[in-house]
Amino acid sequence: MSVAKPLPHDAAHLHVTGAARYVDDIPTPAGTLHLAFGMSTAACGTLNNMDLDAVRAAPGVVAVLTAPDLPFDNDVSPSAHDEPLLATDAVHYVGQPVFLVIAETHLQARFAARLGKIDITETKPVFTIEDALAANARFEDGPRIYAQGDAASALDAAENTLSGSLDIGGQEHFYLEGQAALVQPGENGDMHVISSTQHPTEIQHKVAEAIGQPMHAVRVETRRMGGGFGGKESQGNALAVACAVAVRLTGQPCKMRYDRDDDMIITGKRHDFRIDYDIGFDEEGHITALDVRQYTRCGWALDLSLPVADRAMLHADNGYWLPNIRIESHRLRTNTQSATAFRGFGGPQGMLGMERIVDHVAAELGLDPLVVRQRNFYASSGQEIQTTPYGQPVEDFILDDLVAQLAKTSDYDARRAAVAEWNAANPVLKKGIALTPVKFGISFTLTHLNQAGALVHVYSDGSIHLNHGGTEMGQGLFQKIAQVAASRFGVALDAIKITATDTAKVPNTSATAASSGSDLNGMAVKAACDTLRDRMAEHLAQLHQCHPDAVVFAEGRVQAGEADYSFAEVAAMAHQARISLSATGFYKTPDIQWDRIKGHGRPFFYFAYGAAVTEVVVDTLTGENRILRADVLHDAGASLNPALDIGQVEGGYVQGAGWLTTEELVWDDAGRLRTHAPSTYKIPACGDRPDIFNVSLWDGENRADTIYKSKAVGEPPLMLGISALLALSDAVSACGPNYPDLHAPATAESVLASVHKAQDA
Amino acid sequence: MSKKMHIKLNVNGKDEEFLAEPRELLIYTLRERLNITGPHIGCETSHCGACTVTIDGKSVKSCTMFAAQADGAEITTIEGIGNPDDLHPLQTAFKEHHGLQCGYCTPGMITRATKLLEENPTPTEEEIRFGMAGNICRCTGYQNIIKSIQAAAAEMNAAKEAAE
Repeated sequence: MSVAKPLPHDAAHLHVTGAARYVDDIPTPAGTLHLAFGMSTAACGTLNNMDLDAVRAAPGVVAVLTAPDLPFDNDVSPSAHDEPLLATDAVHYVGQPVFLVIAETHLQARFAARLGKIDITETKPVFTIEDALAANARFEDGPRIYAQGDAASALDAAENTLSGSLDIGGQEHFYLEGQAALVQPGENGDMHVISSTQHPTEIQHKVAEAIGQPMHAVRVETRRMGGGFGGKESQGNALAVACAVAVRLTGQPCKMRYDRDDDMIITGKRHDFRIDYDIGFDEEGHITALDVRQYTRCGWALDLSLPVADRAMLHADNGYWLPNIRIESHRLRTNTQSATAFRGFGGPQGMLGMERIVDHVAAELGLDPLVVRQRNFYASSGQEIQTTPYGQPVEDFILDDLVAQLAKTSDYDARRAAVAEWNAANPVLKKGIALTPVKFGISFTLTHLNQAGALVHVYSDGSIHLNHGGTEMGQGLFQKIAQVAASRFGVALDAIKITATDTAKVPNTSATAASSGSDLNGMAVKAACDTLRDRMAEHLAQLHQCHPDAVVFAEGRVQAGEADYSFAEVAAMAHQARISLSATGFYKTPDIQWDRIKGHGRPFFYFAYGAAVTEVVVDTLTGENRILRADVLHDAGASLNPALDIGQVEGGYVQGAGWLTTEELVWDDAGRLRTHAPSTYKIPACGDRPDIFNVSLWDGENRADTIYKSKAVGEPPLMLGISALLALSDAVSACGPNYPDLHAPATAESVLASVHKAQDA
Repeated sequence: MSKKMHIKLNVNGKDEEFLAEPRELLIYTLRERLNITGPHIGCETSHCGACTVTIDGKSVKSCTMFAAQADGAEITTIEGIGNPDDLHPLQTAFKEHHGLQCGYCTPGMITRATKLLEENPTPTEEEIRFGMAGNICRCTGYQNIIKSIQAAAAEMNAAKEAAE
């Protein structure tokens, strides 16, 4: 059976030879036109007139469009209808698309787009959390509040109290392949869209709206993305819609890809947060009361900010039982890029807030933070079941065992003692170590998104072709799904072919997001495969007078009674017997219900767990630092493919550590993003990976009934990177008597400031 | 419009001759003129390394070199290193040791690694990190990329010894 084998990525042989095609690699038809946006140069204001004569006169320009030229719906938002493709009467951030250039080449379009003269009457922008609170610039009428117990009374009654605040920066996705789309005209106004998107159905929906056609006129295909990380859940809409509008106007194929700078300036990023807290705790470090305020900058449009902010609230507990907690969440409207989905979707920010709170308590009491963590963990499964602040019972808790195992294999206690010894002997270079856990809720919190479909064909030669609703962005989803299908039919993996995700094959799909890809689509594919297998088994059972359940599909053979056939022979026999060899499959996640206004229910089917220990060294004269060692133990359930899962864990850790250390987004006073290229925005390079990096998967299976008892693995490992930030904080705490109060990202500059805070008398 | 230049290149063993504007970047020549799409466009500022090719024995980021500057040069792209039926040991190693996820950086990564192993057939892990510092991967966390290069180096050295 191919499930659980550590097989390479399904397209690995294509990737290593440069033969794997991304949108920009697909040969374009003759006459293809290329697009670029002209962008707002002001953060906030009224759009007066635009002088686009020079743009129209530039070499190669075919047409220039502004909002009034758009024939139908001028909107590229995922749901709120608040995000025009081209600005209408107002601009809301520097970089907002204002006009669209259609030209003969990509470079001609980009060149011409710089020639527009846009007259904007500027008004006072809202940039910071403080600005937004002062102006009451927010989404929803007021803050959302989720609570359990009575935090206010418990704070009054607490033995000790402590308050603090943490700034958490955003993060640029920096998918190596920028946003791209190619649209070709069909007959009768139909459109064929090839898009680098995590959400083909949404592209289909938005393109249909923009060209005034039903969804059946638009077919969207996505074979792969060069990375997504959430940044291609909604941010590809603008390019596909722009192309479709241009195709409708010109009758020619149109293609658009953002140059890297444009991509970083136009598209949304991870939400930045400020988290304020008041903690009540006893002498042992048990947290008896907690009041948390989460403030996030959503940017100019709603995009996915409500579910992101909800998920931050839903992870404000991380792995800790908090009988008295109140979480208040402010979703603030600012004149910046509309912040969007990014691996973890608010969960990382909420979780980091809680890890910082536990760390602060430990520092106050002079205890090892790991001890305080363990004292506050939810009760293990098998003991009395405790509930999260949103009322979900935590029935599958394993962090106590998992953390104990990691502490042992990473030699945590001895290394913590060695760090203390080093710090006592070394005045300049200080070391730090931290172990942090992850408990991450799996399911879309918008319950109806937890569904998936599949379409499986068996051909008469025994080869199998399938499609599902998920998209491939490097996570290895196609390989895992192929392993599931091969296992169901008992055939070798090379009998299975999965082609591009296609809205004409599987309709009404959810985004490949929320780590749900293999959970949802794996089950849908399994259902379709089993339908076909049952049909074939029934036919053979009739022929050979046995029970259908006694027909065995294994190792490319099919046994029925005394008979033994190749799978291909059975496929041919079934075809001869006029049995349908094509089936759809469908799956919806059971047992979930959620009221996001009340903040109560069971939003998650299960939790995924993990933990990491990171050791760092800091130069206290400069703030420079590096990760010396990281040890990770992560729970992927009964892994569908341990090699791919370990890859997700390693990549997640490094991306999470990058978010909290070197990746700093800087906007200037005019609201211009100054870090819009890899020259100024520092994502981890080869040398930033930990010197020693030990990664293992937890040996256990999912208690929930998921595909082969596996667990989702896309997002949770990102939060293992929290241990890097808290290890840096631990190192800084060796510099002086004060709590380091280290904010994220902990750039060298930020670490140095924190060293001074720790040292100040 | 500036005067076009007559440019000759040898790409993956094949001679190419064409007229191009002096400002034409080599990555556009490769991808759009010659339909060699293995080298990818990642950042267009020579930071990410997705466009890495080998020019006259040196690793070069083709997004910030003019085609005219490469006139007369021998260029090797990922397509010239191996193909799906006949993989270079580095290509096999990246496949078998999971040195890729989304794959977008992979052609540049492997092209750079071929030069690294020519420059230093027995690199330490530290030397691999330094030698690969100009190629960014956003997916893997680099662990398996380093393993892949180590595995390929071992394989290539063993093959060399066997041949001697």
